[in-house]
Amino acid sequence: MIAHSIFFYTFSIIAVISAIMVTASKNTVHSVFFLILDFISISCLFIMIGAEFLGMIMLIVYVGAVAVLFLFVVMMLNVAQQKNQWFASKESSKHIPVGLIISVIIFFELIIVIAGWKYKPDLFDINNSFKAFSISNTHSLGQVLYTDYIHIFQISGMILLVAMVGAIVLTFRKREGVKKQSYIKQISRERSEGVHVLEVETNKGVKIDD
Amino acid sequence: MEYLNIAFQEVYKILFLLIPVLVSVALIVWLDRRVWAFVQKRQGPNVVGPFGLLQSLADALKYIFKEIIIPSSSNKVIFILAPIVTMTLALIAWAVIPFSATQVLADINVGILYLFAVSSLGVYGIIMGGWASNSKYPFLGAIRSAAQMVSYEVSIGVIIINVLLCVGSLNLNEIVLAQQNMWFIIPLFPMFVIFFISALAETNRPPFDLPEAEAELVAGYQTEYSGMMYAMFWLGEYANILLMCAMGAILFLGGWMSPIELYPFTLVPGAIWLILKILFLFILFALVKAIVPRYRYDQLMRLGWKVFLPLSLTWVVLTASYLFYFNLLPTN
Repeated sequence: MIAHSIFFYTFSIIAVISAIMVTASKNTVHSVFFLILDFISISCLFIMIGAEFLGMIMLIVYVGAVAVLFLFVVMMLNVAQQKNQWFASKESSKHIPVGLIISVIIFFELIIVIAGWKYKPDLFDINNSFKAFSISNTHSLGQVLYTDYIHIFQISGMILLVAMVGAIVLTFRKREGVKKQSYIKQISRERSEGVHVLEVETNKGVKIDD
Repeated sequence: MEYLNIAFQEVYKILFLLIPVLVSVALIVWLDRRVWAFVQKRQGPNVVGPFGLLQSLADALKYIFKEIIIPSSSNKVIFILAPIVTMTLALIAWAVIPFSATQVLADINVGILYLFAVSSLGVYGIIMGGWASNSKYPFLGAIRSAAQMVSYEVSIGVIIINVLLCVGSLNLNEIVLAQQNMWFIIPLFPMFVIFFISALAETNRPPFDLPEAEAELVAGYQTEYSGMMYAMFWLGEYANILLMCAMGAILFLGGWMSPIELYPFTLVPGAIWLILKILFLFILFALVKAIVPRYRYDQLMRLGWKVFLPLSLTWVVLTASYLFYFNLLPTN
């Protein structure tokens, strides 16, 4: 158990410190890297409590794809040299109340969840259901997701799909004068349409591209 | 004391795995250059050691003694971290590769997901190197590679789902054991082809080596690197290629199992079969490098998103309906 708690505290300290550094570091690219470190240490924590599937999916989806896009955008926008006068300027101080309200709401939500656990401990009895089926975490997750909660699962998938289609529709625009290459045309070109052998008369030349 | 004992045992096991991997990376570089040379009717490296086998060792020695140059306008911490990240990620993935039913460092339940996660993290080494160099060519190379690796990961993930539908487990050893009667390359042959091509793109190998296309980008994200740091990028890249070959061998070619379950073949240890299969796939990689010209970037993106992704998604539906209709879905 000693090794377990050593690892737990190592990962959670790294997670907390990197979460603070995400907001505190001046360089935006650095804060994305700290965000990645945060994701990785949280997925290690997931693995430590036996939720190996969640931990791996966290790595694949958040670190492997989402954070890459974050990094991509931050690097492309070149906002790395942002000046650190956030609290000093008058414009940004307008956002502070909104941020405070959101953080208070999240804080109370967390307290409600933890309190619910405290008063009704068998609400999510994960350990018992594992022992009853004696199957791995991934199997039990799949069995619950695709049987009891199939409709919710499908609806959440549909919501994501609608969001994706909406984002594409919002950003899609037809531009005039863009030259496009047709791959079928390129592949199906043959010698007879590409090459013409012409007799060239002296001092007259030929007209090409008519 | 007991903890120390366990720790020493683990370190011993890890060294027993990592040193052969590093040595084989050195040999595989030599093999790559030899195959490339033979296709072009050249000799390739054949001077240092027997058949030139020690060429990579000589190269590594040269890199060690060269000066490491860190550009003054670079972001130094990230610049130094980038090759370390590439190398580490390429090596830690070997922990879950099974060399026989019992010879595996970590026999975890979600082995294939771990492999997939680690190979998708590989992009960070390249992005970090490209950005921290603070120079045009590395940055362009890094952006190209980020887009390329994220795109081809999607189709690799869908192909893995195909295999998982037939196996019913995420454990690598169980994936191998499920191929006892028939290797998955036979029923899932189109998926094997797509996996192979996606693996080429994922590891930035020709014809998809646009992140380091020397005609356009000098050397892409490696432009500012020198000495041992360059060598680490190079080692990590080849270790990643070997890893993708091992992944292909495990998913489609039956992993450590012998091709025929007959007397003389079963005597050969599983590790040898796995190494032979990895070598076979690697020679295919090397041949592709020698005979196929480089893709244009828009063609690469089109191939990933408009050809491979729909194809592999359709194949998932086909596999699932076939297994469901004939009641072959694995259950436990």
